Amino acid sequence: MIVLFWRTLLALPLAWRNREKVFDQFFEIGNASLLMVCILSFFIGGVIALQTGPLLVERSLASAVGGVVGVSVCKELAPVMMSILIAGRIGSAMAAEIGSMRVYQEIDALRTMNISPIHYLVLPRLTAIAFALPMLVIFAVLVGWLGGAVVSFSNNRIDIPFTSFLTTLRDVVELKDVANGVFKSFMFALIIGVVSCHQGLVTRGGPRGIGRSVTKAVVNSIVLIVISDYVLTRLLLS
Amino acid sequence: MATQPTTNGGVGITVRGLRKSFNGQEVLKGLDFDVRRGEIFVIMGPSGSGKTVLLKHLIGLEEPDEGEILVEGEPILSPEVMAKYRMSMVFQSGALLSSLTVGENVGLYLTEHRLKTAEEVARIVADSLEVVGLKDTEDKMPSELSGGMKKRVAIARALVVEPQLILYDEPTSELDPLSAVLIGEEILNLKERIHVTSLVVSHDRDLAFGIADRIAVINEGKILAMGTPAEVKSRPEPLVQRFLNAGLEKSYPTAKAT
Repeated sequence: MIVLFWRTLLALPLAWRNREKVFDQFFEIGNASLLMVCILSFFIGGVIALQTGPLLVERSLASAVGGVVGVSVCKELAPVMMSILIAGRIGSAMAAEIGSMRVYQEIDALRTMNISPIHYLVLPRLTAIAFALPMLVIFAVLVGWLGGAVVSFSNNRIDIPFTSFLTTLRDVVELKDVANGVFKSFMFALIIGVVSCHQGLVTRGGPRGIGRSVTKAVVNSIVLIVISDYVLTRLLLS
Repeated sequence: MATQPTTNGGVGITVRGLRKSFNGQEVLKGLDFDVRRGEIFVIMGPSGSGKTVLLKHLIGLEEPDEGEILVEGEPILSPEVMAKYRMSMVFQSGALLSSLTVGENVGLYLTEHRLKTAEEVARIVADSLEVVGLKDTEDKMPSELSGGMKKRVAIARALVVEPQLILYDEPTSELDPLSAVLIGEEILNLKERIHVTSLVVSHDRDLAFGIADRIAVINEGKILAMGTPAEVKSRPEPLVQRFLNAGLEKSYPTAKAT
């Protein structure tokens, strides 16, 4: 996996040459995920508001609700949850597509034509996901905040006006908090891309082998995302 | 735009002491043979005899445990050789990229290596498809084609490379007799037209004896017999005779009288 990542990095100068394939993958990821990202993040923001809002309001800390929802969504929940969503939706598709190409000898056919599977298959996917996931996370942060604001406004036990929620959010959340979450999502994107492409390339056997690769791609990606989330958070806090 | 290698005509292949094992099981047990420039060399043998593994070694998809494979005297696994000589393989399943159209599949080598302009690629693709009898199929997807058509598209894709060596893996398997004859004729035509060296792996006796300049019969990773079709037919080894003359005995209880 590390070798694959290194070889893909070395091939990075060819990304511009493959820009059509990168754009196709980018469109595929965005098109397949944007609606789901919006729905998921709206309800995540709403649930955080619902869980923390009444407790804070009861303790006369209503002014903290916007900040709590804002920081937790942009620094933690949006990058991690969206990365897990993308691992399930896009990582599985990458592993399945490359895995079936491997099983049905399409990758061997590429190699006989002196076309590197890393340049042709891995590089466009990794480049596209590295751009697409952080952009989806920016969407998720904005929609998550909106979800928090709507729930805070409409729930009787919280009852914070829309504008004061956003004002307190703006007071607490700094640009570097958003950048922090976006950076983490960039790292998670690399993990999803490399793990999924690697699992696809090492697929053996028939349809059962493809299924096994897809499962491994998703599970390994999620485990690595959660572990690296801790490591990155420690590094970014210090 | 990259430049295409300019060497013309077929290439000679030399295989010496080739051995390969998978999970402790020896599949190729020391193969030695030569394929001459421009000839059609057919490797026959029963299923599981190591034919496809051998073919994968000959195009650099597998590395031998022991022995060497030389193309015009140079080791095949060196990157310079892969760049210097043009080689193609027609896979048993066709191995067309299912996400690309027929035209994109056939022109893939040229577009990925940026050897021609888009107009030239379109013209070459159309010509190659016409050669294999599939004119105006550029926009179809591989899933819309029959097994025989997929194989012919795979041959068209191999032709675009202007190969000096074409490897065919079971080119007539799963085909009706008429399509099998067309594929056989195509292999002969290519030999006449571009003097390509053809290495065909098959257990189709009609194809082998119809097109081969020389035949090697392998079984359990070893060569049992090698020579011209007439020489191989006259070999006395029981295993060779049994393979070449296998047929349903009339005395077999379920065999129908003709």
